[in-house]
Parts: sequence; C-alpha cells; structure tokens
Amino acid sequence: MSPRGRAIVWQAAALGAAGALVGLAALEAASNLKARGIASGFAYLGRAAGFEIAPGPLPYSARDTYARALAVGLVNTLRVSLAGIVLATVMGVMLGLARLSKVRALSLPAAGYLEVVRNTPLLLQLLVWYSLWQGLPGPRAALHPLPGVLLCNRGLFLPSLSERPALSGFDIRGGLSLSPEFGALLLCLATYTAAFLGEIVRGGVLSVGRGQTEAAAALGLSRARTLRLVVLPQALRVMVPPATSQFLNLAKNASLGVAIGYPELIAVTGSTLNQTGQAIEAIALATLVYLAVSLSFSLAVHLWRRGRW
Amino acid sequence: MSAGWAVVHERFRFILLGAYPRDQQWRPALAIVLFVALYVLSARRACWRPWLPAAWLAILTGAIVLMRGGPLGLARVPTESWGGLPLTLLLATVGFAAAFPPGVALALGRRSALPAIRALSIAYIEVMRGVPLVTFLFMASLMFPLFVPAGFTIDKLLRAQAALALVQAAYLAEVVRAGLEAVPAGQREAAASLGLRFGPATVLVVLPQALRISIPALVNTFIGFFKDTTLVTVIGLFDLLGTARAVIVDPRWFGAAVPVYLLVAAVYFTFCFAVSRYSQHIERSLMAHGHQ
Amino acid sequence: MQGVHKRYGAFPALSDINLQVRRGERIVICGPSGSGKSTLIRCINGLERHQQGRIAVDGVELTGDPRATDAVRREVGMVFQQFNLFPHLTVLENCTLAPMWVKKMPRREARDLAMHYLHRVRIPEQAAKHPGQLSGGQQQRAAIARSLCMRPKLMLFDEPTSALDPEMVQEVIETMVSLAEEGMTMLCVTHEMGFARQVADRVIFMDAGQIVEANRPDAFFDAPQQARTRLFLSRIVH
Repeated sequence: MSPRGRAIVWQAAALGAAGALVGLAALEAASNLKARGIASGFAYLGRAAGFEIAPGPLPYSARDTYARALAVGLVNTLRVSLAGIVLATVMGVMLGLARLSKVRALSLPAAGYLEVVRNTPLLLQLLVWYSLWQGLPGPRAALHPLPGVLLCNRGLFLPSLSERPALSGFDIRGGLSLSPEFGALLLCLATYTAAFLGEIVRGGVLSVGRGQTEAAAALGLSRARTLRLVVLPQALRVMVPPATSQFLNLAKNASLGVAIGYPELIAVTGSTLNQTGQAIEAIALATLVYLAVSLSFSLAVHLWRRGRW
Repeated sequence: MSAGWAVVHERFRFILLGAYPRDQQWRPALAIVLFVALYVLSARRACWRPWLPAAWLAILTGAIVLMRGGPLGLARVPTESWGGLPLTLLLATVGFAAAFPPGVALALGRRSALPAIRALSIAYIEVMRGVPLVTFLFMASLMFPLFVPAGFTIDKLLRAQAALALVQAAYLAEVVRAGLEAVPAGQREAAASLGLRFGPATVLVVLPQALRISIPALVNTFIGFFKDTTLVTVIGLFDLLGTARAVIVDPRWFGAAVPVYLLVAAVYFTFCFAVSRYSQHIERSLMAHGHQ
Repeated sequence: MQGVHKRYGAFPALSDINLQVRRGERIVICGPSGSGKSTLIRCINGLERHQQGRIAVDGVELTGDPRATDAVRREVGMVFQQFNLFPHLTVLENCTLAPMWVKKMPRREARDLAMHYLHRVRIPEQAAKHPGQLSGGQQQRAAIARSLCMRPKLMLFDEPTSALDPEMVQEVIETMVSLAEEGMTMLCVTHEMGFARQVADRVIFMDAGQIVEANRPDAFFDAPQQARTRLFLSRIVH
C-alpha cells in the first residue's frame, strides 16, 4: 500500500477507535439512566433548584432555577479569580523585586516564602487559611483594622457608598460583606500564585542582559528610571506567556473552594448533581465552561504573540 | 493550642496510616519504606539503565500486594481502609508511572505529521489541562457508574487513580514534547541517513535524548503530582490530608487544627523540598557532564 | 540526476540539475553559500524532496515512496558538517546501531565490523567513549566510520571540515583521501581545494541553484571557463 494510503488507514483507525469508545459509553449510559429513572437532557435547568447558596452579589433564592444557580456559581468563580489575579500580580511583583534585591533582609524571607508556598499542597494551604479565619474573634469582639472596616470570623465587612457596617444583635449588618470562605480562598489563591509570579518576574528581569542596565546608567538614568523605562518593557515580553498560564491556573484552582463550602461553579454543580441525579449533563456543562475559559486564555496569548512580533 | 499537640500525639498513627487494622500496620509502614527506596534508587544516575522501568513495576506491584493482601498468607484489607502517607505515596507514584507511557505517546502524537492523530492528541491535552482536576475526580466517582453495565463496580480508589493518571498524562505530554523539540534536527537526519525508519529512529535516538533533557522538568512535575494527590480528599478518600482533616473535624479535638496541619505540612514540605533540591542538583550535573 | 528542480516556496533552490556519477568517481562540489550545494546532495539520500526531474542511485529511483528511500539510504552514507553523532551512545554503539537494526546483523558481527572501521579511521581506542569526550577531528572520523559500517556504495560529504578547528582539518582530509584511494564513490561539498586537486576526478561549481561549470581539477583551477567561476576562485585564498 502506498504511504498515503497507510497514513489514511492509521488515522481512520484512530478516529474509529475514539468514536467507538465514545459510542459504547453513550449506549451504556443511556441504558443505565433509563434503568435508574434518571431524566436526560437539559430541561432540568428550568426547574427550581431547591437548595440555598450563601449570599453574594447576585440575588438568589431556593426558588430560582438551576440555570440561575449555575450562573451564581460562575459569577462566584469569576469574582474570586479576578480579585485573586489582581492581588497575586501586585504581591508577585513585590515578591519578585524583593528576590532580586541586594538587601538580604528582603531577599532571604522572600526566598523562604517561596519555598514554603511551592512545596506544600494548595488544598492544605486553603484549609489552614480557613482555620485561621475561623479562629478570628466573633462579631461582638470584631477587629477594627481600618476605620469603618470590621473583621471577624463571620467575614470581612467594608463600608459601602451608603452605609457602614455595624453590630446589630449577634450579627454585623450593612456595608459590603465578604464571606470567610471567599476571604480564605482569595488569600490562599493570591499568596500561592504570587509565589510563582514572583519567580516569573525575577526570570523576566534577569533575562534582560546586563548590558542594557549598563548602557542606561552610562546615559545617566537613575536606577528607578532604568527599571521602568528600559528593563521592565523588555522583561514584560518574556513574562507575559508564563504569567497568563499562572492566571489560568488560578482560575482552575478556584475550584478548590468546594472543599470549604465556597459556592463556586464546581460546588454548585455538585449540589445540582445531587438533586437531579443528572451527573453527565451537570459535569459536562461545568467542563464546557472551564474549557471556554482556558481556550480563550490560550487564544489571547496566541494573538498577543502575533501582535507583538 | 496545647490541646492541638495532645491530638497529634494521640492520633498520630491514624494520621499517618489511616484506618488500617492495627495489628497489620507493619504492612503500610513497609510500603512507605519500599516507596522511599524506589525514589532513592531512581535518583542515582548509576541506576539509569534499561532495567529501571522493570524495577518500578516490580516494586509498585509489591507495594500494592502488600497493602491489599491475598498471596503469601497476608490478610485482605479493603481499599476503604487504606489511608495516610502510604496512600499518598501510592497515588503519586503509581499515577506517575501509569501516566508516563500515555504521556510519551501523546507527545509523539502531538508532533505527528498525520493530521487526525495530531488533532486527537491536541484535543486530549487541551481538555485535560484546561479543566480543573477536581472535575475529573468528580467524574470518576459520580459519573463513572453511569457508563458501565450495572453490577460492574470498580474500586473507588482505582477510579480516582485512573482519573489522576489520565490527567497527569496530559501534563507529562507537554514536558516530553518540550524535550523532543530540544533534540537537534541533525540527530534525526543522521539516523535517517543510516537507513533507520521513523519508529526505530525515534525509540533509539530521539526519545532517549529527549527524556534525558526533560529529567529536571519531569522531576518537578512529579512534585506537582505529589501535591495534587491531596485533592482526593474532596471525593472521600483518606490520603494524608484526608486523615488529618478527619481528626480535626472530630468534636473531641476542636481547636486542634493548626498543630495537625503543621505536622502534615511538615511532611509534605520535607518531601517536596528534598525532591526539588534533587531536581536542581540533577539539572546542574546534566549540564556539566553533557550526555554521559 | 536528470532535470532536477527544487523550490522552497517561491525560492528556486535547484534549477535543472543534470549529473551522472560513475562508480568509483570522486566529485567535489564548490560554490558560494546559498548556491544549493548542500541541497543537491541532500536530495540524493532523500533528506530533501525534489519537485521535478528524476534522481536514481544504482538503478533505484527516489520516488517519494518510503521503501525506495530506505533502499537508497542503505547504499548511501552521509557525513555531516555538525557530525551528528548520537551523544547518548558510545562511539562503538554509534557504529553498531544501524547494522544491527537495519541490516539485522548479530551483535558480535556488528562489533567486529565497527572495530574494523574504527581501526581504519585510526581511533580504535575511543570505542568505549562518548562523543562528548572526543575532539572535533576524532568525532568526525567516528562519524565517517559510522557511515562506513553500512558498507555504502556512495559516500556524501556535506562540508565535513567546516566546523573543525584548523589543526584538526588535516586528519579528516587524510581519512577522506585514503577512502578515495580505495575506490569509494564520493560526492563532497567542501571548501578544501587542496583535497579537490589531490583526489577529485571532477570539480563542479554551483551558483544560484545551477551547475555553472564542471571539469577535471587541473582544467578547472587553471583555466576556468565561466566568469562566475573565475570570480569565485579569485575569492578563495588558495
């Protein structure tokens, strides 16, 4: 057989095998679902969810549909991811610069922080943060770190435009509230990702040759100006792809919120699944959403690369 | 806080070895020793010979048989009772070993000239890497029963292990792919000029070099897998983190969280830090001596 | 080679190449960089595909069918500018790899064959070492031995000395000369004009993908006919 012919046969076999696997699984699933009396299809999305979700930016009650519940989950995931990315970037840049610093009082603790965060499991860190938050004093003995801000084991309360949080009975009411779950997850994701971003920043800055800084110094630029105008723009080019990869990891790691009861997408999917029994549809939806996010990230990096070069 | 350390002392065995029957606990302890021996063996360059994969297979099989029981008069212990450090080591090591061949195959598939093979490989890698690992563990524990004939059950641990290995294969594929791309094109040309076809040329010339180049990255990936095993807590398996959590949740030991977590963190940290130091050492040594 | 053309996209790498090589002939190809010399010899063992024309080695035509390419590669050996020895194998293993796996030769026979050729190129003591431990000249000689172990009918050399330090060029040239004296059919792309004068039956000058001039060495060097050839020769310090 000609080489072209053989190539086609191999590919047809591979596709056929993959297709057969999927087909077999689908057939089996269909018969099992029927036997157990579990419905199929996405009609359940229009039914009332029947479970509660901790209050957040999107108003929701148990009478709302499963579709709305999923939307709430998605918003929660995006909320903590975006806040996490911003916080992690700020911390990461500071960490990277600290690592690069000649001052040992800065670079050594930074290195130590890095080693601890990178060598312990993320889930463990999350549980520690959550325990710490739960160890905070109760609402009656809440801490006042800043004017108008209250911190206790029920959450972090910030003043909103119209009102300030205050103790009311056994609870704190008013203002913007961030649940302990959100807070712990945010801090965990931010500190973890900041460690990796710090290394990326350090690698990016180091990748700019020494000759650049020497030339800038010869031209009379101060250290700060050199950093800002000469080193950072070039370092950025090197840093963006791995940094985007870390951002995507952060978004994926947000799914660990399920372990502490933060109602992000996976957690809501789990509750939906428990109520309806329609595991396939529920998990497939969550998978598709995450795939959409990760592929958009990859596409964005790809386009950014094309645009710059 | 002092109550915390009392907890650690009391429940130390449980945290470390899980709910394994007390009189048989020498078995998981021995398994831990076997795993550590395997790592130490694999770390020595003198042992990087063709018999190393066989050694891995032998030791891993031995560890599993030891934990499970059956032959040699060892009492059977169901996987539900496995827990703690042996379970973590098992999940990480067996996962890595199981993920390696598919990972290499995917890396080669990704670079294939045949468009269908390439598309399938890319699709698999992107899906497995784009979705959180937790989702796949949920799939393994909740979705899986729906896809197989009724009455055909597979052990939950085995399902979780399979899920881990399938995902890790995708990450390994990317590491091996980078290694393949780092092998100079002239190597394949020289092999071709000598009359070696694609298959033998890849296995005899390109892959050995690609894998050697990838060793530091492979070791770092193993550290990541080791940390990822903690996620099985979410589906109800009792790895080292799972046993720790179970101890804390017990109302008798309320407020004991921090010391227990510190203990567990220390174990993970020691292992991961040691391995990452080794990875840096091996990277330096490979660069200094070239390919020898 | 008859009427061979090759393009890289729109760029014509080879234009209407016609070349007949008889058994035992030694041919040197020279020319400025980018003239297509390497491309020409890489087409002969199938590392590059030609788009037009016929290439046949000892009766076997290169059609793109992998079996034809394999058959040709068994009879044609190639020595590269960058040596391309396999760094993870010893010198001996480099030499025995192809005979064992392509010709299914038993290990002992392959070892003896390899040691024979390592003696030929005068580096038998390096057999157990890895390529990284050898000097450049030794590496290239090992590469020559590796190709010889397949007992090729034709040897192709792609600028074999260009990556070597000057003091090591001589040992490789000597090896090539002794090979020529044994009657090996050779096609060499090289800048070593001394070698051409000493050993070549024909010298070919290429420019911009075409064969501009071909002649016996003495006629070529002393009485070049084309202006481009004269220009090229005047630039070489020999």
